[in-house]
Amino acid sequence: MAAGAELTPTSYMTHHLTYLTTSLGEGAFWTLHIDTLVMSVLLGIISFGFLWWVVRGATSGVPGKRQAFVELSIEFIDEQVKSTFHGDRHAFVAPAALTVFVWVLLMNTMDLLPIDIMAGFYGLLGIHNWRSVPTTDINTTFALALSVWLLMIFFNVKVKGLGGWIHELVCTPFGKNPLLWPVNILFNLVEYVSKPLSHSLRLYGNIYAGEIIFLLIGMWAATGLAGTIFGTMLGAGWAIFHILIVTLQAFIFMMLTVVYLSMAHESH
Amino acid sequence: MNINFTLFAQAMAFAIFIWFTVRFVWPPLLRAIEDRQKTIADGLAAGERGKHEMELASHRSADLVREAKQRAADIIAQAEKRATEIVDEAKAAARDEGDRILVGAKAEVEQEVFRARETLRQNVADLAVAGASKILRREVDAKAHADLLASIKAEL
Repeated sequence: MAAGAELTPTSYMTHHLTYLTTSLGEGAFWTLHIDTLVMSVLLGIISFGFLWWVVRGATSGVPGKRQAFVELSIEFIDEQVKSTFHGDRHAFVAPAALTVFVWVLLMNTMDLLPIDIMAGFYGLLGIHNWRSVPTTDINTTFALALSVWLLMIFFNVKVKGLGGWIHELVCTPFGKNPLLWPVNILFNLVEYVSKPLSHSLRLYGNIYAGEIIFLLIGMWAATGLAGTIFGTMLGAGWAIFHILIVTLQAFIFMMLTVVYLSMAHESH
Repeated sequence: MNINFTLFAQAMAFAIFIWFTVRFVWPPLLRAIEDRQKTIADGLAAGERGKHEMELASHRSADLVREAKQRAADIIAQAEKRATEIVDEAKAAARDEGDRILVGAKAEVEQEVFRARETLRQNVADLAVAGASKILRREVDAKAHADLLASIKAEL
């Protein structure tokens, strides 16, 4: 809890929703959310380090339980990619999908950490503002979505050539007639703007809303013992339901990535 | 909703993690999985082939057993035939030998009989001559009547 300040619902919420920031230069843009970056990189190193560790000792003979688990995850991703993407998926798209799924899943899962206990833990380390869930930071989701968007454009140009891509922007989806060109361009513009927006905001909205609801439930503890017990039950229920949301959102984010990338590979 | 430099930092981290997965995580595991799939497929094929070969071998062994039985039966039949032949030959040889011995014995017996008869005849002639000489002591001269005596001896 913020030291010395009077504890109101607003200050409680604000406290939990404030980033640990550092400034790298002049202006608001050069702010860096240390908590977001550290948590996400830490989770990435743990998860991909684990995968790497398992894969390094992987045998083509009888797999151990650990290897079987990793293989199960990879085959799951591979199945999903195979049904959507028709091409050499092993070169890039499938491993990228694995990266997205594992990373986003773990970042979302941080939402299940009990916020007030974690705040106490960070307080012991001398940190007052620390947000554990990187995907509740719009910067993270936009970073992922824009990276995918850039990859999308990259593959568009790579597969169809620059001319082919521009031709597609101008002549689809309505037709080649020059009268339809403006409509086509407008349509594609809307599509190219809406893709990263919906891609990132969907994830951000779901996980951020989940965190807000945890905070609201946490406030029941302020109403006495009965309220605390009620809040605990509500919190447990929401956490169990949230397991579904966490996984589902990671899966949706991965599937959209795969769909966008495979659309970039295919001509209309 | 404050977009700031964190976005670029996150995008950079994302790019590094994608690169890491594409480079170090995905290919080795995929290779392991594909190798295993191949091993299993080969094993199944080998099992199928083994089953087929076992079937063939069992057919072949049944054929061999049947042939061996046939040959054994042939050999037994041949041996029996040969045994019968040998017995028959032995019988024939024994009969011949018996006959020969019998003939020899008969010839010997006849010779003996002939010799005994000769001896007996001689003895009887001598006895008759002796008797007659006793009876006719004086009148009969052995030298003078030698012809007579010889003719008597031949009649006996």
